[in-house]
Amino acid sequence: MAEPARARPKPTPETQHFWDGTQAGELRLQRCDACANVYFPPRPFCPSCASRKVSVFKASGKGKLYSYVIHHRPVPGFTPPYAIAVVELDEGPRMMSNIVDCPQTPEALELDMKLEVAFEKLDDKITLPLFRPAKG
Amino acid sequence: MRRNQVAVVGAAETTELGVIPNVSQIQLHADAALNAIADAGLKLSDIDGFATAVETPQQIAHYLGITPTWVDGTSVGGCSFMLHVRHAAAAIEAGLCKTVLITHAESGKSNIGRTPRMTGPDSLNGQFELPYGVSTPASMFPIPVLRYMKTHGITHEQIAMVAVVQREWAAKNPRATMKAPITVEDVLNSRMIAYPFRILQCCLVTDGGGALILTSAERAKDFKTRPVYILGTGESVETPMVSQMKTFDSSRAFKVAGPLAFKEAGITHNDVDHLMIYDAFAHLPLYGLGDLGFMPHEETGKFIADGNTRPGGKLPLNTNGGGLSYMHSGMYGMYALQESVRQMRGIAPAQVPGAKISVCHGVGGMFAASGTIIFTNEK
Repeated sequence: MAEPARARPKPTPETQHFWDGTQAGELRLQRCDACANVYFPPRPFCPSCASRKVSVFKASGKGKLYSYVIHHRPVPGFTPPYAIAVVELDEGPRMMSNIVDCPQTPEALELDMKLEVAFEKLDDKITLPLFRPAKG
Repeated sequence: MRRNQVAVVGAAETTELGVIPNVSQIQLHADAALNAIADAGLKLSDIDGFATAVETPQQIAHYLGITPTWVDGTSVGGCSFMLHVRHAAAAIEAGLCKTVLITHAESGKSNIGRTPRMTGPDSLNGQFELPYGVSTPASMFPIPVLRYMKTHGITHEQIAMVAVVQREWAAKNPRATMKAPITVEDVLNSRMIAYPFRILQCCLVTDGGGALILTSAERAKDFKTRPVYILGTGESVETPMVSQMKTFDSSRAFKVAGPLAFKEAGITHNDVDHLMIYDAFAHLPLYGLGDLGFMPHEETGKFIADGNTRPGGKLPLNTNGGGLSYMHSGMYGMYALQESVRQMRGIAPAQVPGAKISVCHGVGGMFAASGTIIFTNEK
């Protein structure tokens, strides 16, 4: 029997570009053409000024560790203890993720440490944006 | 809204609190409602306004056999009942109804007849939070706390003291689930749930319910109970995604709801005799003290660690023991309101002598929502 998998996101018409991006190895954000606000999660209008003129762009994939917990309870698809993190992207928005290639300990997970995106393929249609300590 | 135009005239919890495997969730609603009706000296047929959360108003109203002319199904998490009180006060003032019943119940521990709460994989939470291993509130609610601690210089020991002090209050409450004294060392050595929080910093999981009855201050004089007036109210929502809060060193919903209530009440923080801040987890009283304007966030940890909120302290906080030690069925806001009403009636087991103003602040759906009610027993 297969191991229980982690919860799998199901894209909607408004978020499809994000999930197409992770499939292509790109972290895609949106920027308002009217007020230049960069925002996440995806939607076809600016949550700051309500303009419908918005563009999708490839983000740098760089950010820093804003906050996290290290969860010690069993959850399908995870081996506790594991960190559930919020990453502040260099472009401004924050997103939830997991930190890979790093011990899941308070000592190793320092707030404000630099991170970079690491794509993890879940299946043929979904790739998740995870983060690892930035190189260099 | 005008001050002191509406009063609580009935308030009760379920006959039992804790582990109640022989009663379903809908019957816990009814048990609380019937107790509140008896407390107010009313009949169910006197009720013409009804509000509840999670369950639909039609479900519970029909089960109780009441025919309301005003309903409110606002369901924004554990503070829904603060919002119901605010909405009910406005409805009574507007003449939409005369006597409002608000019920909460949850078979949180025994899971008998409980309404499932689902997050779809195509919802925003389902796409952008669930895949990273969040599950229970314990895995989500504490996510901001490390940032809060770093920004404001709060220590692990100070947050542990929240649980220690609330256990001191719980010891004075016969109905509290956990009454044995605990120390900071006990808290910091208890089982890790989601770093930095251990089990003694997480709320209980229990069964129970509560109900409130509100009517106009004019009519309240004719009731057998001591009227508890609504002095000020506030509410707001932010986001159901904890990762998308504007900032982690403060709650936007708290900062909107709390000051609204203080402004409406026309009081200052020095006027507050008794305070309830919904404590699903041990960091929430710190956020509440700061965002409601009692003090800068930098001072909240020291304020609690120094004993200012414990029995005999200058700002009695969570005097039933809170969600950490009294009870927490899943939506604790109703129990915070019940304790504020008991304090204003002068009948609380851990009564604050001479208390005239009680602030009751709720949080819902992690930091998604907030509601603040300020009560007084003087008109």
